[in-house]
Amino acid sequence: MSSQALAPGSATLATTDVVLALRDIGKTYTSGELSVEALRSVSFDIRAGEYVAITGPSGSGKSTLMHILGCLDIPSTGAYLLAGDDVSMMDEAHLAHIRNRRIGFVFQRFHLMAQLSAARNVELPLVYANVPALERRERAVEALAQVGLRDRTEHRPGELSGGQQQRVAVARALVTEPDLILADEPTGNLDSVASADVLALLDEVNALGRTVVLITHEPDVAARAQRIIVVRDGYVADAGQNDQRDLQSTSSLKATKSWGPTL
Amino acid sequence: MSWSESLRTALEALRLHRMRSTLTVVGIMIGVAAVILTVGFGQGAQDQVKSQIDSLGSNLLVISPGSSTSSGGIRGGLGSASTLTIADAEALNSKVAAPDIAGVAPQTQSSASLTAGTTNWTTSVVGTTQSWLDVRSQKLASGRFITDEDVATQAAVVVLGATTSQELFGPRGALDQTVVVNGTTLSVVGVLEASGSTGTSNNDDQAIVPISTAGQRLFGGTSRTGVQAIYVQAVDQASLSAAYQEANTLLLALHGTTNPTDADFTITSQDSLVEAATSVDKTMTLLLGAVAAISLLVGGIGVMNIMLVSVTERIGEIGLRKALGAAPRIIRRQFMLEASVLGLAGGAAGVAIGIGLAFGIPLLSEQTISISIPATAGALVVAIAIGVIFGVYPADRAARMAPIDALRTD
Repeated sequence: MSSQALAPGSATLATTDVVLALRDIGKTYTSGELSVEALRSVSFDIRAGEYVAITGPSGSGKSTLMHILGCLDIPSTGAYLLAGDDVSMMDEAHLAHIRNRRIGFVFQRFHLMAQLSAARNVELPLVYANVPALERRERAVEALAQVGLRDRTEHRPGELSGGQQQRVAVARALVTEPDLILADEPTGNLDSVASADVLALLDEVNALGRTVVLITHEPDVAARAQRIIVVRDGYVADAGQNDQRDLQSTSSLKATKSWGPTL
Repeated sequence: MSWSESLRTALEALRLHRMRSTLTVVGIMIGVAAVILTVGFGQGAQDQVKSQIDSLGSNLLVISPGSSTSSGGIRGGLGSASTLTIADAEALNSKVAAPDIAGVAPQTQSSASLTAGTTNWTTSVVGTTQSWLDVRSQKLASGRFITDEDVATQAAVVVLGATTSQELFGPRGALDQTVVVNGTTLSVVGVLEASGSTGTSNNDDQAIVPISTAGQRLFGGTSRTGVQAIYVQAVDQASLSAAYQEANTLLLALHGTTNPTDADFTITSQDSLVEAATSVDKTMTLLLGAVAAISLLVGGIGVMNIMLVSVTERIGEIGLRKALGAAPRIIRRQFMLEASVLGLAGGAAGVAIGIGLAFGIPLLSEQTISISIPATAGALVVAIAIGVIFGVYPADRAARMAPIDALRTD
């Protein structure tokens, strides 16, 4: 149950556990005779419990990186290990399984099903994980309680504010107890009050032990993270440093550091 | 994801687009109802004709003069030399030469005016023998039928059909009254029970007289010994073809014909009559059924159209489901189920409407509609199959959609 994983006391923050490992990831999009290198030899690790922001200007390859991290797309070259599994060569059926078990998504435009109640939206990933209906319901209500929406379980997205909808999305991301919470511009569609609200929630989720990767182009949003990875022209311009944790020994960090200037 | 969960999701999606789902279902429904009704109309018409022909008598063969290869001019007309005679009928009655023949009734038929007092009524006067009653499956309402003795003595007696009796004598009854035909006074010895119309001729409007009386006393002319038809009753259904062979062989021999194709008579069985009478109905049923089947196909294309629109419109939903862990086969299953449910709902509604109208229309009009179980089951199966078949392509498109492409559009 999620309570156990999220309980502050029980968070076994094994700081040396690498959750994500990218090795020389490249992605080339080919359209006719024209081919575009969206990513060129990207390598970095993210450890369990880290809060990382990936940032960069539009066209930098940040979205492509997010798709690969989220197992929504596969790299052209290189290897991507997610919780120990090499997912870079998997087919769509296996990727679907990995996404279901290991990743919780928070999207810019919430992506909630308008006709379903908040609870049923949160249940959705559990439906695809074949969790029995009763347990599903229990876990969904619990996840909604964690994001402060215990009294909104039967509301439909249309009956909720933007901030509340994004909270439902966060609850949906949490309900499967994933190895990685991947938030793609989670405040992009929210006003400043709701943005602060959702960012605070992500802080809280991280504080409870979840690994959070936030993709954003806004520097002040990125600043919430413990570590900032900057992507530019398909390269990792800066793999960042986690102030609170010692990452100097990570080989990938050394490798990425050799490219290009630091911000 | 379990099947029941997939079905629930499919039903929710269909409910969300109520109008669209309903219209698609109506398309299938019309197709299925049309198939049931057209086949029902055709079947009803065929059954009607068959029951009329059956009412002529059971296990019946009809021998008529004239070759089957010549055109029908010879057949029946008074004054034309008939190739069938009373002697032929007597020969067929032989238990030795034709053991499978149970009864033989020769028949002549002329139209004449019957006068009873001041009333007169034109009807068909049938000359025949005692066995006619059994062979033609008729019953007496009162009195007696013509006897062999009447035939032998050319007795001046007549048995009236129910309608004829009613027209001439009204409710007071015809028995023991007299009618005048062509100047000859006949006494009414019996009245037939009403048996209903057979479509082409009214069995209840006729006057039956001994065949000798008709030939010698009422009409005369060149056909004193000729008959217009010989009705032959086989012992039972199974011996019908044996009876046919016996009658054919016997008559060929009597007429001195060696080559069967030169036969100067035609033997028709009830089956061949039914077949001839229903062949037009069958063709019509086939034609209308084909039109109905095409409308069912159009309904199926409607399902595909709607499913394609649905897939295109729900790209965002598909992308989200995939991101949350729905494998391609799960997405395919969901859309296949949606299409199948549309087919099934249309089929079920079509069967309900079709059967409802099949019961309702005969109450308002004379048309009989019989519900064909195979056609109903077939239409239902086809409706579901259409949902499945026309759902494959849209479902496959949804399943193949890349999650990032699907998430990008919203």
